[in-house]
Amino acid sequence: MIPASFDYIAAKSLDEAISLLATHKDDAKILAGGHSLLPAMKLRLMQPKVLIDLGRIKELSYIKEEAGQLRIGAMTTHFQVETSDLLRRVCPLLPETATQLGDMQVRNKGTIGGSVAHSDPAADWPAAILALDAEIVATSARGDRVIKATSFFVEMLTTALEPGEILREIRIPGGKGKSGQAYVKVRHPASGFAVVGVAVNLAADGGKCQSAGVGITGVSPKAYRAANVESGLKGNALDAKTLSAAAAHAADGVDINSDLYASAEYRKQLATVYTRRALEIAASRLK
Amino acid sequence: MAEKTVGKPIKRTEDPRLIQGLAHYVDDIRLPDTLHAVFLRSIYAHARIKSIDTTAAQKLPGVVAVYTGKDVAKIGPVPCAAALPDLKVPDHRALASTKVYFVGHPVAVVVAESKSAARDAVDLIEVDYQELPVALDEEKAADAKSPVIHEQFGTNVAYKLTAGEGDIEAALKSADQVIKQRILHKRLAPIAMETRGVLARYYPGEQELTLWTSTQIPHLCRTQVAIMLGMPENKLRLITPEVGGGFGSKLNVYAEEALMGWISMQLNRPVKWIEGRRENMQATIHGRGQTGYIEIGFKKDGTLTGLRYNVFADMGSYFQLLTPAIPTLTGLMLSGCYKIPAIQINVTGVFTNKMSTDAYRGAGRPEATYVVERALDLVAAELKKDPVEVRRKNFPQPNEFPFKTATGLFYDSGNYQGALDKALKMADYTKLRQDQQTARKEGRLMGIGVSTYVEICALGPSAAMPAGGWESATVRVEPTGKVTVLTGASPHGQGEETSFAQIAADELGVGVNDVTVIHGDTAIVQYGIGTFGSRGLAVGGTAVYLAIQKLKDKAGKIAAHLLQVDASTISFAEGKFTSSAAAGKQITIQEVTLAAHVAKSLPEDMEPGLAATSFFEPKNFTFPFGTHIAVVEINKETGEIDFQRYVAVDDCGKQINPMLVEGQIHGGIVQSMGQALYEEVVYDDQGQLITGTLMDYALPKAIMIPHLELGSTETPSPVNPLGAKGVGEAGTIGATPAIVSAIVDALAPYGVRHLDMPLKPEVLWQIINKKSAGAA
Amino acid sequence: MKKTISVTVNGVTHQNEIEPRLLLVQYIRDVLNLTGTHVGCETSLCGACTVMVDGQAVKSCTMLAAQADGSTVTTIEGLAQGGELHPVQSGFWEHHGLQCGYCTPGMIMASAQILQRNPDPTDEEIRHGLEGNLCRCTGYQNIVQAVQCAAKKMKSKSVAR
Repeated sequence: MIPASFDYIAAKSLDEAISLLATHKDDAKILAGGHSLLPAMKLRLMQPKVLIDLGRIKELSYIKEEAGQLRIGAMTTHFQVETSDLLRRVCPLLPETATQLGDMQVRNKGTIGGSVAHSDPAADWPAAILALDAEIVATSARGDRVIKATSFFVEMLTTALEPGEILREIRIPGGKGKSGQAYVKVRHPASGFAVVGVAVNLAADGGKCQSAGVGITGVSPKAYRAANVESGLKGNALDAKTLSAAAAHAADGVDINSDLYASAEYRKQLATVYTRRALEIAASRLK
Repeated sequence: MAEKTVGKPIKRTEDPRLIQGLAHYVDDIRLPDTLHAVFLRSIYAHARIKSIDTTAAQKLPGVVAVYTGKDVAKIGPVPCAAALPDLKVPDHRALASTKVYFVGHPVAVVVAESKSAARDAVDLIEVDYQELPVALDEEKAADAKSPVIHEQFGTNVAYKLTAGEGDIEAALKSADQVIKQRILHKRLAPIAMETRGVLARYYPGEQELTLWTSTQIPHLCRTQVAIMLGMPENKLRLITPEVGGGFGSKLNVYAEEALMGWISMQLNRPVKWIEGRRENMQATIHGRGQTGYIEIGFKKDGTLTGLRYNVFADMGSYFQLLTPAIPTLTGLMLSGCYKIPAIQINVTGVFTNKMSTDAYRGAGRPEATYVVERALDLVAAELKKDPVEVRRKNFPQPNEFPFKTATGLFYDSGNYQGALDKALKMADYTKLRQDQQTARKEGRLMGIGVSTYVEICALGPSAAMPAGGWESATVRVEPTGKVTVLTGASPHGQGEETSFAQIAADELGVGVNDVTVIHGDTAIVQYGIGTFGSRGLAVGGTAVYLAIQKLKDKAGKIAAHLLQVDASTISFAEGKFTSSAAAGKQITIQEVTLAAHVAKSLPEDMEPGLAATSFFEPKNFTFPFGTHIAVVEINKETGEIDFQRYVAVDDCGKQINPMLVEGQIHGGIVQSMGQALYEEVVYDDQGQLITGTLMDYALPKAIMIPHLELGSTETPSPVNPLGAKGVGEAGTIGATPAIVSAIVDALAPYGVRHLDMPLKPEVLWQIINKKSAGAA
Repeated sequence: MKKTISVTVNGVTHQNEIEPRLLLVQYIRDVLNLTGTHVGCETSLCGACTVMVDGQAVKSCTMLAAQADGSTVTTIEGLAQGGELHPVQSGFWEHHGLQCGYCTPGMIMASAQILQRNPDPTDEEIRHGLEGNLCRCTGYQNIVQAVQCAAKKMKSKSVAR
């Protein structure tokens, strides 16, 4: 309950945060909403010497459309995502994911940037980020670097962020044609984290699937795009049989987690069933 | 004139302070100059301590003292009140000295000016351990080949005990059929939302120690801590402030309680220890923990002939207050609400490298009910009869009470059919079974589970209890007419400040708000036993009632004196004394009270004042009962469980406050749902606690719980004048078997007859999947 | 290195020098001595420590006091206004939404936020909203009823205005 001692600096601007990080290097951790970092520090699983708090940088909290993309500031809270009218209209997958994440209090304070940068293998955001083909903007003294979501999640608790980089923004490409999205999850009865979480982003034209993004979390040490599910959909009519056949490939080619709640075998089954459900919901929303 | 309140859903008098954040739990009590204690606990399940180096910790600024096992050797052993023949009792000390026996075993304690300094210093203590092989599973640990935990005993078997009446061999032989079933009751963590905590303050001049501790048993705890510290009991004041739940986990005397007292006496400063949640999961008692073997004998028509239960009970590595006694309660209740001519329990109590087990809501009785109810379901399945009919067949009839069981008990009163019929009606059981037929035809897995239970409450007659089963009350009417009740019961959420006030208010004709109920301070309240075993109202409330009768007797004599009539002509109602000999004359209880205190005109030889004390010794236990019905549907693809209905009809005798009764039932059922579906304390094969935080150990959340439909019947108990039986544990006893039964019933098409809890979706899916795969 | 923070709690502005590692809940309880806010887990799960920070219900065990610098905080002690219980508090009292009372302050704060955002919730919405609050005593049913009762009270109040 009592973290080890550290120094705390509330950065007033992103530039200041970048320069503080450059100064303190590995001794420092970035504090966003704190809902991944502080619990680990309270258990002394993490003992950073310096915390650089982004909480006062108003410029990092926004949801906007720009350059044909949706842009979400790293310090945007889950609750802001959950209740954004803009997102509900143009990218309902994000609010739908947010509303199933953690609990009300966690959503009020936790941030999308903090969660994505933490890369917990059972966190919800990575599934949605992957399904949406998002880009992650990392910034440092060297300037901005745009990272594809598919290469962002490296392994458990490890991302493509390099030393000195701060996750600044998440960009979602604009949709083409009709889209149908859905997020479904199996909540761990204790932690509420995803035992399996499946995010789906379908686009269709003339009854045929034009593009499919399927992001899956909780199943493997890192969230992933279910490529074989996607390829089973593309170009096909989204009927029940196609969805079901595609969903069967939900856990293709990944190492499957096993824990007290769900063995690898069962998790695979959950991934298959929940992927099918997510596809069915997303497909129904195309209409 | 105040309205009668008994039987009405009166709002709780304790709530205003609780809903405004103004109540005081242990950690809310602030004393100047308080030191803070933090423990270093073993990270191994079984190891020899080769050395402990506290030098660096002691040097840390703010640290006042660091104590290890050798420093605290003068503190006496942690007590165990269970007296069983040939019981092997390990020497359980406040801190480990040569060996550690479980993950969480306290090894050292740091005392510092701030909690953060104490916590930092803990990280600086170096312990050199030599790991030892572990004994974890209660069944395997009983084997002669197992590593031995307490070397002096040469075995992990703490005791063996056989109980029960009737010729079990003959009874099983006379059966048309005998079914055997292995059955598990997994370890559970009580998880009171407030963890344990102790604040100790020693005044060296007065040689007085005050302990504020989160306990269910203030007086018993004081006696035991005084013994541990070798101090006169009357120099130790124990205060139980607000207690944030107990569920049995605080029906205990813990090392930390004595240790904080001892530290305060060493340092002459107040010292506080507040348990963390991870500590709580490691080092506060667990519940259940049995591996058992059922043998049930029955005739073709469903009549039961005999029940044998051979059980390995997991003690953990040490005994806490009642550890070895818990399985004996299982033995007592093995007759359930049925006529079973011969019953035998054979208990093997086994030490394991885990935290001690002890009383957790129900304490041995949920295990018994679960055994009997599972057995009845197995019989019904074997005979292809409706489980309801098999139950009905074996019920004692209402006119057979007091009903004697083959476990040596006399059930006080009951109408098992009545509760069953009401529940069946509420659930529309016939329709449910039809719906199930339809569901099965459609390939859906719908299940209906019925449990009819009886439990043993109002613990209990002292002859049958380890340390007294009575309860005390003092009732005073103050000169201003306000009523003060001092009770030895120690409520911690049950609402007895309200229900006892209701009893007093009605008996004395005053308002509920004119009554103050004081509990949990050994310097104010006469000796008492405490709150556990669903005894608060039925035993403690009865003591209040009886004290008031004594008080009214005295008041009546004063009233007669004041009215100048003979005392035999006096009657009391609605707060007024009247006399059949003096029509139209009356005197209020308040006037009598004032007269009693002013003492200018009292009957000859009468003592002034108006107070009375009763120590109520119950002649028997009470036996509440009921029927619970669960309806579930299981998803074939995932094994996920959907609760469709939950109906419960409980009979806890006379209800003083039905709102409080419902609250107890709700809470109990939901704890049962936790046990049936989610909860399980898991140690890995090295004895590491896998479910060490609430991120891993699942408590039911609001969203996981269906709406509960409650009903009740009211069969008064003849054991006490209130007619009350007790209700604190009913839910945890009645519900678990109903839920498991429903799920097993849903999977009956797969040939399933029994499954062990917790019934995780994966377990169910594996059954469905394997069968489907096999059929394909 | 200590930090000086200024926080307005229940209408009173406090300035204190604190260690950066001090959690908001410890600040509220141990520095300001407002002990109605409780600690029940360690892992941001039980919600007993829920308070409002700038109008948002948060778990004060998962926030540094330093993060609250400049904020306005409402704790359970500050919920009743002008000696009148908040409708959620009355709802809990009337419907026996508490037993041991330990989770209650957090439950009430979370419930107040639920109703602030959704004045007419379904039972299911209330249960979803209380996902971050654990209660071991009540089985939640009376809590749900308490919140529904509070919703009705708040509605009739706003109609009266």
